[in-house]
Amino acid sequence: MQKQQEKHTKQLKKCRVLGPVATKFTGGNTGSWRLERPVVDFDACIKCGTCAMYCPTDVIEIDKNAKECVKIDYYYCKGCGICAKECPKKCISIVPERSEE
Amino acid sequence: MYEIIKDSKGTLNHGISACAGCGMELLARCVFDVLGQDIIIVIPPGCAALLTGMGTESGIKAAGMMCNLENTASTCSGIRASLDAQGNDHTTVVGFAGDGGTLDIGLQSLSGMIERGDKVLYICYDNEAYMNTGIQSSSATPFLASTTTQPAGKPTVKKDLIGIAMAHEIPYAATASLHNIADLKKKIQKAKDTDGPSLLHVLIPCPTGWRSDPADTITLARAAVNTGVWVLYEYEDGEVTVNYKPKELKPIEEYISLQGRFKKVTDEEKKEMQKIVKKSYERKIAKLEK
Amino acid sequence: MFKMLDGNTSAVEAMKLARVKVIAAYPITPQSTISEKLSEIVANGEMDAKYIRVESEHTAMSACIGAALTGSRAGTATSSNGLALMNEMIVAASGIRAPIVMPVVNRAIATPWSLWCEHMDTMSQRDLGWMQFFTQNCQDVLDYTIAAYKIAENKDIMTPAMVCLDGFFLSHSMQKIDVPAQEKVDEFLPEYELTNSYLNPEDPMFVSNVVGMNDYTEVKYQQKYAMDNAFGVIENVFDEFEKQFGRKLNIIEEYKTEDADVVLVCMGSMTGTVKYVVDIMREQGKKVGMIKIVVFRPFPYKYIYEVLKDKKVIGVFDRNSCLGGQYPPVCTEVIAAMKGADADIRDYVGGLGGRDVNPANIEKIFNELLDIYNGSSDKHTNWIDLKENPMDSREVFKYV
Repeated sequence: MQKQQEKHTKQLKKCRVLGPVATKFTGGNTGSWRLERPVVDFDACIKCGTCAMYCPTDVIEIDKNAKECVKIDYYYCKGCGICAKECPKKCISIVPERSEE
Repeated sequence: MYEIIKDSKGTLNHGISACAGCGMELLARCVFDVLGQDIIIVIPPGCAALLTGMGTESGIKAAGMMCNLENTASTCSGIRASLDAQGNDHTTVVGFAGDGGTLDIGLQSLSGMIERGDKVLYICYDNEAYMNTGIQSSSATPFLASTTTQPAGKPTVKKDLIGIAMAHEIPYAATASLHNIADLKKKIQKAKDTDGPSLLHVLIPCPTGWRSDPADTITLARAAVNTGVWVLYEYEDGEVTVNYKPKELKPIEEYISLQGRFKKVTDEEKKEMQKIVKKSYERKIAKLEK
Repeated sequence: MFKMLDGNTSAVEAMKLARVKVIAAYPITPQSTISEKLSEIVANGEMDAKYIRVESEHTAMSACIGAALTGSRAGTATSSNGLALMNEMIVAASGIRAPIVMPVVNRAIATPWSLWCEHMDTMSQRDLGWMQFFTQNCQDVLDYTIAAYKIAENKDIMTPAMVCLDGFFLSHSMQKIDVPAQEKVDEFLPEYELTNSYLNPEDPMFVSNVVGMNDYTEVKYQQKYAMDNAFGVIENVFDEFEKQFGRKLNIIEEYKTEDADVVLVCMGSMTGTVKYVVDIMREQGKKVGMIKIVVFRPFPYKYIYEVLKDKKVIGVFDRNSCLGGQYPPVCTEVIAAMKGADADIRDYVGGLGGRDVNPANIEKIFNELLDIYNGSSDKHTNWIDLKENPMDSREVFKYV
């Protein structure tokens, strides 16, 4: 009981920890690795979410109400191309990075 | 408590330094999705160590530790016993190790954990070689696959992890594949709910080690099942359920032609490989459905 | 309460009194009765703990690390080859700052196969970030184990500790032991509390990920800092121990060193024999003395120097062959401690593979040291109990 109360009164405080410990949650700009990028043909997209389900970096979101219904976070997208390959409508194309299309 | 520098949708950060098209990264996301935050995850050095970041930074915002290569299961056992001693029966203890850390150097530790009946969820992401160390053969490397320690191709077939676990009469064990995420997640949930040790063996296509197109990761996972290289089944309370049986096995060519590690396989060897895969598939199904 | 206990059971009593919550132990001669006894008292409810019947010592230490980080005082014990198998996890435990206390029953590591006492097992682990306490008798085993928990778990130390007891000489010899009451130990040793790194879903952190070149040195230095500053904590804990239980614990113990012409430095169960020989030789008018090192890691340089600074001739007895080294480990440390002092320090190796360190050999050492002191001879038999013609100890028939 006393322990429980203690738990409630515990507050976040910066503490010294000895040994190897990590507590900063972050990630790298993995999008900078990309040589090719996925580009979605929104008109052909059926919003099924297959691309989002298979994306290893989990950076694809489907917004059924938006015109640009598939949002890809290019800051992290590594350009692996799984989304394009798995898309049942083949409406994602892989284009070279820094190209017009 | 984690200090959030760059947040993510799930427990795993989006900016993980796993290779493009890495199947392990996708699996890890599924695992965290299903298991939630009430977990303690144990990861040995290997590809999955990439998830744990470096220095003060971590790509995982859950309680966890990096153990040594061969003691994922034993570390989990200790954690479980400690939680039990404190009356904690809700936290999931999960080990997440590769094929080398599981089937080679970690086999004893895993066997001990299963035999003792420790309630731990153990997931083996099997990319069929020591990929993080530089694509050296493990006992999970398949027949004729070329690696940096067996460039001419491995002359023997891969070890049967779930078979070994079944010999321990493990409460729950299953194989899974990345092309069927629903099945995979269902199995993670079942494993989590098992009162005792549970084991998932997931085939993980690895673009770097298999020398395949990163875009083909899911295609390869699917092809492995359709060609009979990988069988989806569950072992639950002593009963086996084969989850999926292709009506007719696809030719092995559909699987190996997409991978550079089988590039040197001759036509003659391909025939032999096809024979072995078919025979082993049939034998496995017969044994499982006995 | 007084009980007749052997060294192994004393270690078990200490673990029980320390309220160890998770035990992972694997049997190995001569440690086996520790794992047996622990499993017995957990099974019959005498001890409230989880017992993991592990399949190896490597797993035992792995499980202890996991348990310690998850908030349970964790315990194991081992010996010889078991400690050698644990080696990798010994480094992990200290690096991860898991304050595990482990009795180690000293036994030679195979090969040659031997079941018997030698310090090679713990000496091979001496630089891996664990504290090491060497005990002389079964009371020591109990006392230093209880004290070791308090030292190891000190928030500035957070360093695991081995309590070393000589195989068979202590592990299997019955002695009269003063076993303190549970309440007295509870007053001395607080409940295990996680204050450093931990595995807790409610306050998550990631423990032991890769440390880059940019701060590995600093993380390692933290361990050195703990070792360097451990003596302050050890002294305090030993003082508290004496107040609580009435027995004095020592970092090093001097025996008739003050006016001694020559001093022999030694560790473990042999110190009893050495004291006995010192007494006899003193009666003969020979001024000999002894130092028993209890805390070998961290090494008590200053304490040793303080006692030995004016001594001209010092002998050091190692129960460990140091192959290829100029001096065996205890002697190396004493030489380093005496840097700058004008002492002739001689190394002695003996008691290997369980061979008895008998009074005759100790007397021989003292007489050699006295001759060196008097300048009458420079004879120095560094492998003290070596038989004649050791190279011919095996002669077999062969087809040649």
